Amino acid sequence: MKKTVFLGALTVAGLAAGAAAAATLDDVKARGKLNCGVTTGLVGFAAPDANGNWDGFDVGVCRAIAAAVLGDAAAVEFVPTTGKTRFTALASGEIDVLARNTTWTFSRDVDLKFDFLGVNYYDGQGFMVPKSLGVSSAKELDGATVCIQTGTTTELNLADFFRANNISYEPVPIETNAEAQPLYLEGACDVYTTDASGLAATRAAFENPQDHVVLPEIISKEPLGPLVRHGDNDWGDIVRWTLNALIAAEELGVTSANVDEMAGGTNNPEINRLLGTEGTLGEMLGLDKDWARRAIKSVGNYGELFERNIGENTPIGLSRGLNAQWTNGGLLYSPPFR
Amino acid sequence: MSKSDLSFVRTEMLPEQAPPVTEQGVVKWLRENLFAGPINTVMTLISLVVIYKILAGITPWLANGVWTTSSLAECREVLQGQTGGCFSVLTERWNQLLFGFKYPVEEYWRPTLAFVLLMVAITPVLFQELPRLFVATAAVIATLVVVELLAGAAGLAVPTVVIGGLGYWALARFGAAQRGGSIAVSRKLLLLTGLFPFVGYWLIWGGTVLAPVLALAGVLAGYMAFRRFEAASFAMGLLGAVVAAFAVWYLGGFLTAAAEGVLALPEVPSRDMGGFMLNMMLGTVCVSLSLPIGIVLALGRQSDMPIIKWICVVFIEFIRGVPLITLLFVANVVLAYFLPPGTNFDLILRVIIMITMFSSAYIAEVIRGGLAALPAGQYEAADSLGLDYAQSMRLIILPQALKISIPGIVNVAVGLFKDTTLVSVISMFDLVGMIRGPILASTEWNGVYWELWGFAVVLFFVVCYGISQYSQWLERQLQRDHR
Repeated sequence: MKKTVFLGALTVAGLAAGAAAAATLDDVKARGKLNCGVTTGLVGFAAPDANGNWDGFDVGVCRAIAAAVLGDAAAVEFVPTTGKTRFTALASGEIDVLARNTTWTFSRDVDLKFDFLGVNYYDGQGFMVPKSLGVSSAKELDGATVCIQTGTTTELNLADFFRANNISYEPVPIETNAEAQPLYLEGACDVYTTDASGLAATRAAFENPQDHVVLPEIISKEPLGPLVRHGDNDWGDIVRWTLNALIAAEELGVTSANVDEMAGGTNNPEINRLLGTEGTLGEMLGLDKDWARRAIKSVGNYGELFERNIGENTPIGLSRGLNAQWTNGGLLYSPPFR
Repeated sequence: MSKSDLSFVRTEMLPEQAPPVTEQGVVKWLRENLFAGPINTVMTLISLVVIYKILAGITPWLANGVWTTSSLAECREVLQGQTGGCFSVLTERWNQLLFGFKYPVEEYWRPTLAFVLLMVAITPVLFQELPRLFVATAAVIATLVVVELLAGAAGLAVPTVVIGGLGYWALARFGAAQRGGSIAVSRKLLLLTGLFPFVGYWLIWGGTVLAPVLALAGVLAGYMAFRRFEAASFAMGLLGAVVAAFAVWYLGGFLTAAAEGVLALPEVPSRDMGGFMLNMMLGTVCVSLSLPIGIVLALGRQSDMPIIKWICVVFIEFIRGVPLITLLFVANVVLAYFLPPGTNFDLILRVIIMITMFSSAYIAEVIRGGLAALPAGQYEAADSLGLDYAQSMRLIILPQALKISIPGIVNVAVGLFKDTTLVSVISMFDLVGMIRGPILASTEWNGVYWELWGFAVVLFFVVCYGISQYSQWLERQLQRDHR
């Protein structure tokens, strides 16, 4: 009992020490590198290529922050984290920001003492079935065997969905997406369920993708976004507004190709404020006036980032859907730069 | 007995006849081993069908294998729906599978050289004499492997071959005493073994050469202090050794900090290690550390001194009662909370400590079994010769106990080597971590399974089977009874 108390005290002391070293921005600048937590590998979102360079949708967020803060999109130390190690890595100060398709939930935000700073991908849990099963709706899946990753929110969502619709299923627990793929193809389960983006990526890797369909039901909300530790709001602001700058840039028509030209001054005052030709938004963040321009220049605006890594012209082939700008019927809605 | 009583007497020898066809050669073997009865026959036929099915599945997969494309989609295009493996993933990601994805390409020669030197360094530990042919073949194979590995960096292959050749020459030179086609491995070569940890560290991690040299100097100072004070008592010697070693290391710390660039190889941080190299590193280091620690623990557990005994018992029982994966999580995750922020306690070092603790607890129990198997007469014999504790253990007890324990120790070593793949769970990129993470998550190779896992199986099988064969050979060598 005593020992537990002692360990607990040590933990708290460690956390407090982490929070006390609050000025993350100064640390990052002194280090000259941003420590960014990513996944150990998820198709389209983060994976190193044959030369060991990280690339992907989440990786783009890291690079944009590094470009805004340090002026160099390559000044990122990518720290690969698993689903089990990601939160401790962030809480212990090993990483400055976690950009690892992490679902924004109440308990993670409040209980684990993190700040979610926005959503860079609106996901939701879906179902994939072979066409030969002849199923067109998830509600027809009574008695099906379902491949599901254990220890994730998807497992709980699945149970909720089947109970709400009063139908039964038989779970086939699996550890990773990579494990699910062959199991599903060999028919060990009738249905594979995970986030819709993961289903699309999985399906794209099949030899005959047209033999499989993703059912229309999306049974959960999975807003994925970057997060930082509680306690350093200045740093949180930088990450939040870098993400917003990418989203706003798409809305305003600023791309990596025309950003330099637009930075010369335009008729649109919001673009001017975003790119630092008017106002002092950069200084308010503790950065210089070109911060957003560098971020957009290095990775492109949100739309470019999306199309390049997971969009319809990539093997993953995700459509924008919920992740379109609010002007196009999506959910992306950056607060104004003013 | 008269001739007339006999109706027939053969006067000449019959020529020798071949045995019936069913009693010789292949047919006899087949009848005896495969078709010895109805049940045997049925089993044989079933096995043949199974073997045929397996071969029929695997052969086209291997034969049609594609080795040169740059993504799975291209593989499928080339195969046009035929069965065939997409082995291109192995050729394209070869370096990543072996070295991880962050080890600098132009430095690949360093771990490779360290690997070759490791082979040279463990030879005198593992063998007392080697067949000549074996040495020559090993040298040739090693050289070829090195050249193959470095094909990408051709310019660097030359120095490696030269050094590999030098190692072989040294082996042949030192082991000049020849006996019947064997080369006796000289004890002097053990010096190389002693030097290897320092050289290996310098090669793999880089940095100034002063750091490993000073580490070595500390060990030497400790050894000399031990010899100096040993006469007083063993404990005094030990204390003197520890003090001397730490004094040298402490003073040396200032020196290395002051002269960072002396003979420095580019530094590679631990986080950049990966691939099969990481498995080999963890396996080699942890096995070689846990054996001596295990021996000490086993002896400690049998000790008459209660404190030492109970420390050993508690350590062994506690560590053995905890899953290895838990210890790894502690190493990676929990320690991060306890250390002050900004402390950089090397992750590989943490993992090595945890795995070593784990396996030394197991080895201690294996060796305790060996100690218990010795008849009490052996202990009494040692006492009656007037040997003190250290001498009796070193000369009488341990050689016998260790010989009995070989199968158990090897069992632990093989298990430990395979357990090194568990580090993939704490986001280190060993061979399994590389496959599960970066390679299967790349858009090019998402969906390739059999080829990658098959490759991992082959690599691990080769090493583990090698260890197992060596241990069986060693048991035969050490056989002193007549059974």
